Amino acid sequence: MIAKPTIPAPLDRPGSQIGKPVSRVDGRLKVTGGAKYAAEFNTPGLAHGYIVSSAIARGRILAIDTAKALALPGVLQVFTHENRPSLPWFDRKWKDDDAPKGSPFRPLYDATIHHALQPIALVVAESFELARYAARLIHVTYEADEHQTDLRAAKADAFTPGKDKGGFQPPPKPRGDADRALAEAEVSVDLNFSQAVEHHNPMEMHASTVIYHTDGSLTVHDKTQGPINTQTYVCNVFDLSKDSVRVISPFVGGAFGSGLRPQHQLFMAVLAATALKRSVRVELTRPQMFSFGHRPETLQRVALGAKRDGTLTAVIHEAVQETSQTENYVEVVVNWSGQQYKCDNVRLDYKLARMDTHTPLDQRAPGAAIGVPALEIAMDELAAKLGMDPLELRLKNYTEVDPNTGKPFSSKELRACFQQGAERFGWHKRSHAPRSMREGRQLVGWGMATGVWDAMQGQAVASAKLGIDGTLTVGSATADIGPGTYTAMTQIAADILGLPIEKVSFQLGDTNLPMAPLQGGSWTVSSVGSAVKAVCDRLRDKLAGLAAGLNDGPLKGLKADDLTFADGFLIAKSDPSWRLSITEVMRANDLLVLEDEARSVPYYKSQMKHALGTHSAIFAEVRVDEDLGTVQVTRVVSAVAAGRIINPKTARSQILGAVVWGIGMALEEESMIDQRLGRFMNHDFGEYHIPVNADVHDIDVIFVEEHDDIVNPLGAKGVGEIGIVGVPAAIANAIHHATGKRLCDLPITLDKILEA
Amino acid sequence: MSQPTGPAFQGHAQKQPAPPPDAMEVSLTINGSRKTLHVAPWTSLLDALRLHLDLTGTKKGCDHGQCGACTVLVDGRRINSCLTLAVMAEGRTVTTIEGLASGDALHPLQEAFVEQDAFQCGYCTPGQICSAVGLLEEGHAKSDDDIRELMSGNLCRCGAYPNIVAAIRQVMDAQPAANDGGAS
Repeated sequence: MIAKPTIPAPLDRPGSQIGKPVSRVDGRLKVTGGAKYAAEFNTPGLAHGYIVSSAIARGRILAIDTAKALALPGVLQVFTHENRPSLPWFDRKWKDDDAPKGSPFRPLYDATIHHALQPIALVVAESFELARYAARLIHVTYEADEHQTDLRAAKADAFTPGKDKGGFQPPPKPRGDADRALAEAEVSVDLNFSQAVEHHNPMEMHASTVIYHTDGSLTVHDKTQGPINTQTYVCNVFDLSKDSVRVISPFVGGAFGSGLRPQHQLFMAVLAATALKRSVRVELTRPQMFSFGHRPETLQRVALGAKRDGTLTAVIHEAVQETSQTENYVEVVVNWSGQQYKCDNVRLDYKLARMDTHTPLDQRAPGAAIGVPALEIAMDELAAKLGMDPLELRLKNYTEVDPNTGKPFSSKELRACFQQGAERFGWHKRSHAPRSMREGRQLVGWGMATGVWDAMQGQAVASAKLGIDGTLTVGSATADIGPGTYTAMTQIAADILGLPIEKVSFQLGDTNLPMAPLQGGSWTVSSVGSAVKAVCDRLRDKLAGLAAGLNDGPLKGLKADDLTFADGFLIAKSDPSWRLSITEVMRANDLLVLEDEARSVPYYKSQMKHALGTHSAIFAEVRVDEDLGTVQVTRVVSAVAAGRIINPKTARSQILGAVVWGIGMALEEESMIDQRLGRFMNHDFGEYHIPVNADVHDIDVIFVEEHDDIVNPLGAKGVGEIGIVGVPAAIANAIHHATGKRLCDLPITLDKILEA
Repeated sequence: MSQPTGPAFQGHAQKQPAPPPDAMEVSLTINGSRKTLHVAPWTSLLDALRLHLDLTGTKKGCDHGQCGACTVLVDGRRINSCLTLAVMAEGRTVTTIEGLASGDALHPLQEAFVEQDAFQCGYCTPGQICSAVGLLEEGHAKSDDDIRELMSGNLCRCGAYPNIVAAIRQVMDAQPAANDGGAS
């Protein structure tokens, strides 16, 4: 059975579009093959690049012999560090909007090898197949140095990072004396966790098509979560003016964070296009998708102390994460543990260890996806020791204020998530003892966990153009990597101006559009949506003013607030028979188009006084085969509090997808390094396992009602990340309930279950 | 420390590289039109579609037959076009995502995918839909679990699986009862 979506009632207003389960406005393009992704812009004379990757993890290139490749007819050039054009020296020229502190990786910069699979040459040829063939003829001689890719060894030199990346907050100072409280606790647990490296692996491999125009200007089709980020990077690295580089990326085949930073195929394609004065495409291979950023390997310890009644008396959360030798990649892993529960004695500690790998990169719910499950597994273990219902333990320590800062939450309907999720799942029927719900050789387990994520907002600008025929075009240079940005923005615009969805189009993915921040962190609805609202509010006010100024018109003297906008009409609230169509208002004012642009800025003052966040409760059922150790996640209920839901259909899909990510994280995904080579060995979909259709069963999504006037003018918090956070813990806890085995090394593969 | 010398990561260098192969002529029917192509024999059907015919609806997700994004129908049967050379399709009938709709009328599976929100980024979608067309033609799937199993060659990183099953189910339920044997 497929779970049916839980759809909150739409706002009670005629013509209202916000809150409606509208089908994706770009759906038709996506099901007919009409949506064009970065590697799909074909142009006459397009040359193809193929990247050669390093075979060693650390050292130097002594020689690259490209003669055989260059001798092939149709091979245009082989770019290496030896023949590359001049490139900037300063780090700041290589920085992008998501760069942490340090020196960003510079492809083909010199002979130094920093990590395995580092791109070391680009072959450009008349055809893709020829470039691929020629790449095999390149002979490289290396001098290898000792490499360090083992986090357990590298953590001996771990250090405490500063505020080394935008959005990162170092852990708060300790509260009370957590170590002493732990030692004196009536009941305590102390667990060590490990989280494997995960690679983003969007279905579309990273690609850039660079169209070279005769005047030297470029049109860049890049796989990116921020067209402006791509443009800035290209202009800085290649010393080009913004006027001469336009980025157009209308569709992105998934990213999950991998498109937050410009990846090296972009550099390679622009390098070749500008040097050869030709249009060039460079597309990575699937193995090369393991050659850049990834969710970092993480080691954690969570220790909890409590009174016999379940009151938490001590929380200790320590984490060590991998970063590269050149940049301090940081994410918020441990801070959540000081925020989730009321506790007077808390010590949180976060460190980095340097390894010879590419700098890690934000991946869906960075930090929280790793740290929160560790806390939530420890809470489950504590509940087991106390002989308490795990849900009861969470309610016992529930907090209405953020203990890290003492600030109240702008809204937090987590209690409703617990209540509605538990009811839908049937949690009260759980028999709490482990191994108590078996069915034959199948051990059945029920587990639960809590999820939390931020509710962030950035500045954004949107433009809008209303035609006399009542068609509206709105635009902002954001991306749509899959969440449904086209659709949500169209709904917001249509809602404010009271237009049918079909009359509204939203444009994105183009640097000629007004500024939008990177799409990530669940903040696009909040940031870009607020800008769309702002510009449409302005058009609404303008239209009202124009209507009010018509002396012989029915709306003379009325203000925007006195009017309802519905079905293309301005309607007096006092008497709905007094109305004018948008066309009538514009014609009477001799206007063919009405245009405007608006910037939205977060409510900094009120936001500063509050803690902002999305919350969730996840309930999971697993069946573990007692003989084989295989795990099936047969049922998941995810109850989410994320403010107002713009589109319950697409929002539900985001939560479904994130639960699938959680299943992958809990049971399957692991990039394994061969420590002798310092290289990820399972770099393809045959060996790096992501969930397939047969791994996914019933997933039920609930959006609880949550009202919030502080997060942004829409009251919508965004749902891209919250769906994954906590899911691995709910599954691990269900496995414990099924088997009695407490497994803390993710992914929990069957060998770990059989050995435990 | 050792000094590994040798080929770069892609593979083994040869002493005397073989020259690139000459183009061959391939004639096939694609989405109802007869096409004649001149492609080198090392060209996959996938690359022939995407690069030579500008039919970019068929996607490249791994080029290794591991993800299903490149699924097309050859003589009505679903295959991975990345594991098929274009020259192997000589005389065959190929249907891609661009060939499923009849004019403005979408194929029922295309309609169902939109209605059930069976995708997010849309990149695996053409392969999922072509695979589902093949699945229905095969007639083996009776239950949701059958659909899950028989669609497991098509990865979806956005995790739209429950909605993909719902979309296929919707079309299956609307069809007249399928014969039990099923074509292969």
